[in-house]
Amino acid sequence: MSGFVTNNLENSAQLRTKGVVRDTHITLAHGSGGKAMGDLIEDIFVQHFDNPILAQLEDQATFDLTHLLQQGDRLAFTTDSYVVDPLFFPGSDIGELAINGTINDLAVSGAKPLYLTCSVILEEGLLVETLRRVVNSMQTAAKKAGVQIVTGDTKVVHRGAVDKLFINTTGIGIIPRGIHISSRNIQPGDRIIVNGELGDHGAAILIARGELALETNILSDCQPLHDLVRTILAVCPQVHAMRDATRGGLATVLNEFAIASAVGIRIEEQYIPVKEAVTGICEILGLDPLYLANEGKIVVVVPSESADLVLSTMRSHPTGKSSAIIGEVTDSPSGIVLLKTAFGTERILDMLAGEQLPRIC
Amino acid sequence: MKYVDEFRAPEKATAVLQEIKQLSQEIDRHLKIMEVCGGHTHAIFKYGIEELLPEQIELIHGPGCPVCIMPKGRLDDAIAIAQNPQVIFTTFGDTMRVPGSHTNLLQAKAQGADIRIVYSPLDSLQIAKENPTQEVVFFGLGFETTAPSTALTILQAAAENITNFSMFCNHVLVIPALRALLDQDDLMLNGFIGPGHVSMVIGTDPYEFISQQYDQPIVISGFAPLDILQSIWMLLKQIKENRCQVENQYSRLVAKTGNPIALKAMNQVFDVCETFAWRGLGEIPASGLKIRTEYAQFDAELKFSFPGFRVADHKACKCGEILKGMLKPWECKVFGTACTPETPIGACMVSSEGACAAYYKYGRLSKAEKSKFGNKG
Amino acid sequence: MCLGIPGQIIAISNLAHKLAIVDIGGVRRQINIACIVDEEHPTEACIDDWVLVHVGFAMSRIDQQAAAETLQLLEELVLSELS
Repeated sequence: MSGFVTNNLENSAQLRTKGVVRDTHITLAHGSGGKAMGDLIEDIFVQHFDNPILAQLEDQATFDLTHLLQQGDRLAFTTDSYVVDPLFFPGSDIGELAINGTINDLAVSGAKPLYLTCSVILEEGLLVETLRRVVNSMQTAAKKAGVQIVTGDTKVVHRGAVDKLFINTTGIGIIPRGIHISSRNIQPGDRIIVNGELGDHGAAILIARGELALETNILSDCQPLHDLVRTILAVCPQVHAMRDATRGGLATVLNEFAIASAVGIRIEEQYIPVKEAVTGICEILGLDPLYLANEGKIVVVVPSESADLVLSTMRSHPTGKSSAIIGEVTDSPSGIVLLKTAFGTERILDMLAGEQLPRIC
Repeated sequence: MKYVDEFRAPEKATAVLQEIKQLSQEIDRHLKIMEVCGGHTHAIFKYGIEELLPEQIELIHGPGCPVCIMPKGRLDDAIAIAQNPQVIFTTFGDTMRVPGSHTNLLQAKAQGADIRIVYSPLDSLQIAKENPTQEVVFFGLGFETTAPSTALTILQAAAENITNFSMFCNHVLVIPALRALLDQDDLMLNGFIGPGHVSMVIGTDPYEFISQQYDQPIVISGFAPLDILQSIWMLLKQIKENRCQVENQYSRLVAKTGNPIALKAMNQVFDVCETFAWRGLGEIPASGLKIRTEYAQFDAELKFSFPGFRVADHKACKCGEILKGMLKPWECKVFGTACTPETPIGACMVSSEGACAAYYKYGRLSKAEKSKFGNKG
Repeated sequence: MCLGIPGQIIAISNLAHKLAIVDIGGVRRQINIACIVDEEHPTEACIDDWVLVHVGFAMSRIDQQAAAETLQLLEELVLSELS
């Protein structure tokens, strides 16, 4: 994305007085539009996100369209809010989650993620240090993924009106010509592939909440997947469908696919990768790992003739080492997902009714 | 996972299934076998056990789900206690969506009640220690499997002089429920798959009355698919050989006399109620537990006020017949329409172990549809 | 009500209160082992025991011999089918 914005950071910096936040806690003043808020934006957001567009400090970010159109013919546009509790959990945090989650929503359309927005709603009393950590984490993730956070907003609400910190993002990316990925494209005979073990994020969050007094070394699998998608599309531009398996897990994505394309889906439990500790947590709490959230896993549906090539391509990528073909698409029963159990029998893998809750029965 | 994976190995199932098929042919009549425990119902559906069995063996899903059978009135009482602003209400996750007369614990939580899901009653006691100015109430439920744990928690609370902890006791007993079932004239069964984890506590002796007074064979079973299949095989052998005995398939965990320490704790803290109302089955005498007067300070029913009404089951609800095996879930008029896992009307739909919920979630595809995929294991 | 899972006791965390740490497939939790402790098998002797864990309590020790025998019975069936 180089070349169309003047890379004139030093000049921009000299034109304004750098704001510094000395308070230890966020107060309503930090959201009221005055100097306190200006300092907060400068010291924490602009300093960390540090890119030429943001440095303009306009009310909006602007882009040259010609340059964008050289990279593809459609805009991908997404939005997400992040309200995870706790803010910091094994393997990741709300900041990294916000960036990677948005990137992945764009990536599964085949788009190259380019620009993100970052709006935060802060609870009065939040530690400034916490905010710094989160924003720093966002920048690290953005830089690693090659995206820029170009505009944002800050609000502060009184104590109790939000839980510590909520982040809302939007993201835009460009979809290259010839790439048409949609959950309505799925055909009988297609194969279904995942890029690794399922349920890590959901399990990590459950453990991190501490209420169940369980200890493991499970880490959230939070990671950006746009590069993995790029390598898949390079060998198989005619990928039919792709989705990241976030809330509701693999089972939810598969049900959505089956309904959108009016096809049947049949997967085999013995091929679905799940870490032993995630299995352990699920056995203890009576949960099903196929419904646990992931933040670094995609479900890819490809024509059967491309399946082996896509699989080996995914396995060569750092984010896809444990990729596996887990099942196939059938023509009926329409809209239903069937699971062949490890025991060899078959049952329905239904949509989740509500949130999965730990049980003793 | 050790002691788990070995009992789920599909290759070991082929042989026992052959034996079951052979025995079924020799017995040569329709057989109705009831699994009592909700955990077995769940395993049967999760692993698709029923589709592996010959057509003539019908599995009837009994009333062994302590969550399902809790009457609406008791849920209303729990919700009332939870809504007390002084109370931190702690519960197993199973109860959160069980409907009371107007609402459920999940809704009550959304409306501001401090309701927390715990994995263990010990965690509830810990919350009490960490919140000395709040009253912490634990929603105690379950069969004899769970009662010793809540008893030991109360004993711990007594030993440590915790004054802000109490329990809303809804423990129920398996043996009176079995007896009540067997006393029904219209019950037509050929044998029972007995609850493995209840038996871990009570042993196998308490089931003798089933074989001796009611001429029914019973096999105490583990919960893995191989355990269940082996238990069905053992039952068929009894039926073929005209035996009526209590057999123990779950010998790796169940001893004849159960767990004396667990039983002692249970009896120390709890006494049997005169009667307890079971959703779907009605009043069953001596089938519930209450906290003894010596531990009255831990009895939430004495500490808090609550409605205490008996609420009748919904008119359209056929759970009673389903629990006895007289009806199948899909034969109930409201199954899948007014009564679904999201909007449960009766006991059998409320928890994932209930026959209707399990069938809805795992098995509602018709056999005709399924056979297109050649799904015979 | 039947959700119980086998795990191995790896440490005693509180002798007086009969609390131990159990490992279940790599997941660890403190559990109460009062139900499996007696004069013949005191708390300290429980390390390395395999137990059935239900709601944070060890409810029974797994009889390893009986487990092996159960599996063997099933094995023998396989062999008799094959022969």
